[in-house]
Amino acid sequence: MPVSLLWAVDVYGRVYSLSTRGQQWEQCRDAVLEFKRVTAVQQCCWGIACDHHIYLNVHSSDVPIRYQEETFENQRWNPMDNFSDRLLPSDRWQWSNITGLEHQPLDSFFLPSTNWEWEGDWYIDENFGGEPTEKEGWTYAIDFPATYTKDKKWNSCVRRRRWIRYRRYKATDNWATIPSEGRSGPLPDPFNDISCGGWEISEEPRGRLSLWAVSLQGKVWFREGIHHHSPEGDGWEEVSLPGEVVQISCGPGDLVWAVLWEGQLIVREGITRDCPRGSSWVVVDSPNPEAGAIHVAVGDNVVWAVTKDNKVWYRRGINSYNPRGSGWIGMIGEMVMINVGLNDQVWGISCEDRAVYFRQGVTSNELSGKAWKAVNVPRDGDIRSHSSASSSSLHSAGCFFSGEVRAQSVMRACPSSPPPDPPPVDPDEASLREADAKSPPLALVLSPSLSGGPGDPQWSNVDLEETQTHLAVGPAGVRGDAADTCSLSSVATYTLCQEEPYGADEHPLWAWVSGGGCGVDCHSQLNWFNSATALSSSVQSMSLSISPAQTAAWRKQIFEQLSERSKREMDNFKHYEQAIEQSVWVKKGAMQWWRDWKPHKWVDVRFALEQFSGPEGNQDGILFLYYNFNEEKKYLHAFINEVTILVPVLNDSKHTFAVYTAERTKQRWPIRLAAATELEMHDWLALLSVSCCDSRGIQGPPSKQALWSVTCKGDVFVCEPSPSLEACPYPTPCDQMFWHQVGGHLRLVECNSLGVVWGVGYDHTVWVYTGGYGGGFLQGLASSTDNIYTQTDVKCVYIYENQRWNPVTGYTNRGLPTDRYMWSDATGLQECTKANTKPPSPHWTWVADWAIDYGISGGTDREGWQYAADFPTSYHGHKTLKDFVRRRRWARKCKLTTTGPWQEVPPIPLSDVTIIPCGAQSIVEPIPLWAISNKGDVLCRLGVTLLTPAGTSWLHVGTDQPFKSISIGGANQVWAIARDGSAFYRGSVTAQSPSGDCWYHIPSPVRQKLQQVSVGRTSVYTVDQHGNLWFRQGLTPSCPQGSSWEHISNNVRKVSVGPLDQVWIIADKVQGSHSLSCGTVCHRLGVQPMEPKGQSWDYGIGVRPLTLPLTLTHQPIAHGAFTVICLSPEWFVSVMATVKSLYVHVPRGTVFSIAFLCYS
Amino acid sequence: MADDKDVLRDVWFGRIPTCFTLYQDEITEREAEPFYLLLPRMSYLTLVTDKVKKHFLKVMKAEDIEEMWFDFEGTSLKWHYPIGLLFDLHASNTALPWSITVHFKNFPKCDLLHCPSNSVIEAHFMSSIKEADALKHKSQVINDMQKKDHKQLWMGLQNDKFDQFWAMNRKLMEYPTEEGGFRYIPFRIYLTMSDRPFIQKLFRPISPDGHTHTLGDLLKEVYPVAIPNDDESKRYQVVIHGIEPLLETPLQWLSEHLSHPDNFLHISVIPAPSD
Repeated sequence: MPVSLLWAVDVYGRVYSLSTRGQQWEQCRDAVLEFKRVTAVQQCCWGIACDHHIYLNVHSSDVPIRYQEETFENQRWNPMDNFSDRLLPSDRWQWSNITGLEHQPLDSFFLPSTNWEWEGDWYIDENFGGEPTEKEGWTYAIDFPATYTKDKKWNSCVRRRRWIRYRRYKATDNWATIPSEGRSGPLPDPFNDISCGGWEISEEPRGRLSLWAVSLQGKVWFREGIHHHSPEGDGWEEVSLPGEVVQISCGPGDLVWAVLWEGQLIVREGITRDCPRGSSWVVVDSPNPEAGAIHVAVGDNVVWAVTKDNKVWYRRGINSYNPRGSGWIGMIGEMVMINVGLNDQVWGISCEDRAVYFRQGVTSNELSGKAWKAVNVPRDGDIRSHSSASSSSLHSAGCFFSGEVRAQSVMRACPSSPPPDPPPVDPDEASLREADAKSPPLALVLSPSLSGGPGDPQWSNVDLEETQTHLAVGPAGVRGDAADTCSLSSVATYTLCQEEPYGADEHPLWAWVSGGGCGVDCHSQLNWFNSATALSSSVQSMSLSISPAQTAAWRKQIFEQLSERSKREMDNFKHYEQAIEQSVWVKKGAMQWWRDWKPHKWVDVRFALEQFSGPEGNQDGILFLYYNFNEEKKYLHAFINEVTILVPVLNDSKHTFAVYTAERTKQRWPIRLAAATELEMHDWLALLSVSCCDSRGIQGPPSKQALWSVTCKGDVFVCEPSPSLEACPYPTPCDQMFWHQVGGHLRLVECNSLGVVWGVGYDHTVWVYTGGYGGGFLQGLASSTDNIYTQTDVKCVYIYENQRWNPVTGYTNRGLPTDRYMWSDATGLQECTKANTKPPSPHWTWVADWAIDYGISGGTDREGWQYAADFPTSYHGHKTLKDFVRRRRWARKCKLTTTGPWQEVPPIPLSDVTIIPCGAQSIVEPIPLWAISNKGDVLCRLGVTLLTPAGTSWLHVGTDQPFKSISIGGANQVWAIARDGSAFYRGSVTAQSPSGDCWYHIPSPVRQKLQQVSVGRTSVYTVDQHGNLWFRQGLTPSCPQGSSWEHISNNVRKVSVGPLDQVWIIADKVQGSHSLSCGTVCHRLGVQPMEPKGQSWDYGIGVRPLTLPLTLTHQPIAHGAFTVICLSPEWFVSVMATVKSLYVHVPRGTVFSIAFLCYS
Repeated sequence: MADDKDVLRDVWFGRIPTCFTLYQDEITEREAEPFYLLLPRMSYLTLVTDKVKKHFLKVMKAEDIEEMWFDFEGTSLKWHYPIGLLFDLHASNTALPWSITVHFKNFPKCDLLHCPSNSVIEAHFMSSIKEADALKHKSQVINDMQKKDHKQLWMGLQNDKFDQFWAMNRKLMEYPTEEGGFRYIPFRIYLTMSDRPFIQKLFRPISPDGHTHTLGDLLKEVYPVAIPNDDESKRYQVVIHGIEPLLETPLQWLSEHLSHPDNFLHISVIPAPSD
């Protein structure tokens, strides 16, 4: 769970934020003004200050907000001056925009507000559609509205060049004022309420938000033009109303509700992608006719309201088709306000104690939740002397104050004043210090009135902060005898504070809360709630996961002594006989088996796993399958130590998995089994997996040299390279390499030989390997206790709606008899309707409804349609006369929740990542790691070392355009491909300057747009969009950019160059291959140090599509030496060669980075 | 970084190299060779000494054989204590292999329980587990298990099957998260110098005011002598599974990780070696 913030304002107008990982409200220090209200989204927080102006606080990010301004300089040739800025009267301006219609001299560009700064001066863009231009950047044409080329020709009469300049939003983490300017001058009256949302309405422009505001006179304003590159938006537009509004709420999607003065509610209708403001209002009556509504809060699919009697109401029947809902349900609890945050989680401020409450148990199935739970954490102003007090005193005080022991214990504690143990902080001094801290006079005046007698709720606050500190301190603070005495001192401190008139502002009175940026759901582990839970959870963490105590001395001692003990008692006596002879242990069960012979079908079998000790004392086992054939009992068996991989197979109706052995890989026919339930399948898989690992002596986490791979379904596998892999002359054949599963779900994994492993999920979330093992279905002993975390992944399932035009009715869903299904998959061969399409497997659950996908390549019209002349052709986004068919893509998100040894690296989602093959020899030496965000930003990770594989922060490497592929090879050579298909080499990347200094634009091969790059030790290969493979010639240490591209091959989909310049590709249309869609693994033969291009291809075997269990589809991206496309013997032999050379030539610092591509 | 799971494995696979010699007064037909064996610390003497018996029977007449029993330096070894405990209690700080004398005569009835068959051991083992669960979960977990689950625990121990045993034992080690630990920690403290066989009291893993009890807290409560004073040298060693955990080790963690298969934490307090 990435860290996100809950925002709140207290009654004094101080703004606080609470981090999901934190345990205290942090005051927003730079807020000079008091605030009335805040409304938060993930990237920023808007607020209304006491001056009734609107302020915006954009959270800083490693990737800055940059906006590219551009203008064109135009020139015409004349015989006198050659090319000059003297243009014809009919021409465009000398400085214009791209169309030439607008006059845009360089000095006409101004920063939109004081919150922006220029990144540098204007400079000339020398990249023309992926091709580098001449030094001056001119492009030539015959006349102005014409096509430009980068070469000057005899008939080039005009030329132009592009100037660019970046401006950067600088006011991050700061409250920046937003001028109250409408389209026609300043707004007539100040603001009273504000609500931000709407980010789910459209992906375009990126980061678009809707901001709704209410003025004191009850008018509603909509802020136009807020998106990523314009966080402040453009201006206010008034929205007409049926009455006067007091408060408004806007959800993440198209839900906007407001409350009228009279107590009714109004609902905005007609909010769409094209019209985020909506079109009209509909009135909904207050839940209670006697007491009108005073507050409303909406989320994705929920509406909550508060009436004047502080009753809370939940609106039933809300969905995307019916934003009005159907009726009110009264809820328990009295609140002054309610806010709906992310995932429809509900936050409120209680009427009774003005504390912030969280609605527990809100899930997509039960949106109304279960109960209110107080968020009970201290504010940073409250942690005073105690932070300096000794850990043991904090801890013990926590114990004193927990539970029912409250005032009494204080009373008891008071008399025994001077603590025998020297207290770390003198009580008086502490309270003085505290008084200093409480500088705002407002608090000073108000606080006494808030302090009640002993036993008042403020004590609960005391409990909490104490226990929490306890939690942080962990077992280190658990010290028997010192505790009692120390606790007295800290209690005494407290008592004095209580009597201090200044110190009593214990109980925060909250005025407003906003959870719009707070990414929690009902499963989130939060340490925000009452003291009792906090305590037990701390104990829990101590005894179970021991995370804070990992390094505790006692634990280390036990580990050390145990290994000493083993040494002492066992090392010299290994030749002794074991007292217990290992016997056979059998586990049986019933399963279904995909029969080996035709007609293939699922047959019921009895399944047994016999485990026993092998001759050398190692665990071993045999799998038996008992079946009936022609009334005759037969069986089939497999030795556990011959199993090479156990693959869960996605199947929407059965829980199936496949068991491979080397022999069965050769036959291409695994043992396919189906269990009755998911649980049963997982039990068996876990047991078999443990058994296989035991039989091969594999225990614990994967080694640093382990090979990592991901299947096309996102399952993660590792293989331990055994010493015999490099044995000469008879190495272990690769079809005997044993792969075992590790929890987690990834789309891409990259590792180096030092044990640094990064992965990227289907939703572009970035994960770093934690050093654990197990997770997922590998529970109990097959899994480490620590370093296993929840992992989620989200992907989209797509279906297509197809229509054909006919002269009478236009486009209809009535196609020709020969046409595809009117609802189909991408190929049109399979019927896929909204109703019958299921998530990829039972592990995936739908998280949203079907929605039109406008992001499909080729573009769409406003309704998402793409047009074509006939069905299997290319589609375009606008209708022409020749188009007779159209289609549109519908997407539905589904989500997988699993566990694995992966921890999220927030917050920037990535599309590609590359780690340097070799490198760091010491544990603190930085390891170069580069990545490309899903928006195309190039990023360099700082602080990646063996000790901190996640690194510390991203360094944004500026580019003039988005990038799509990156690779780092030996000697810090960084190559990247931009979205326009041009290649770039990053200059001067060294350990001292990890991000290098500048990009060198490398011209692409003529008329080709490059797609992907891979860098080895000295070779650089790229693949272009037409499947050509190019080799970069002339690379030398003095000229790392090389000189030219040499064509090597066509029909290549992906290339991977190993750390020893081994070249692997995935090729299409290989002769003899049955499949054009799945690709073939090929290995370049004859690669020698003096002949880096090699000589010819060794074609592997193509994969037949639709034989799912046979295709473990791994695909290399960067330095990968391994590509498992198909478990074919030929292929394995080829891989073997690679492994061998890696081991023989590079004993240390080899890299195996394996990625994969999903083939549907 | 090592994982807590490794502790379970290390503890389970603890072995004591042992040399069995026949008591000198036993009548043999020819000289009895000593017999060397790796004894699992977690198991019981009579459960794992079939080989020993077989070995010595070869040199003895059938009529000279009564129930087999063992002693170490004159101390009769109680088979119903786990082997690791016997070793820690009587023989730590002695040279390895552990030298055990085997007797087939003069069974010391006052010191030892008879052990006619493995089912006696099983009964003893299961009753220990049940007692431990009574302390930990008011017997709820063990009572919810089926007969075959009980059998799996026993078979796991008998056949030295770590996975088989822990697949079931895991359930006995669970507890409600809000309580932060077991109800009471099943422990026994054994003293070499005492007439009492062991000390066993009710002791919670968490104090009433919510802090975690440690091994030190336990000793302070039930046997304060074992805790060294600041200024004097260590008089006693507190040994569990042949190691001396630090006194600040949380008791709940010890109970989860260093308990014997019978679910008891067997703690030996032995005099520190005087060197």
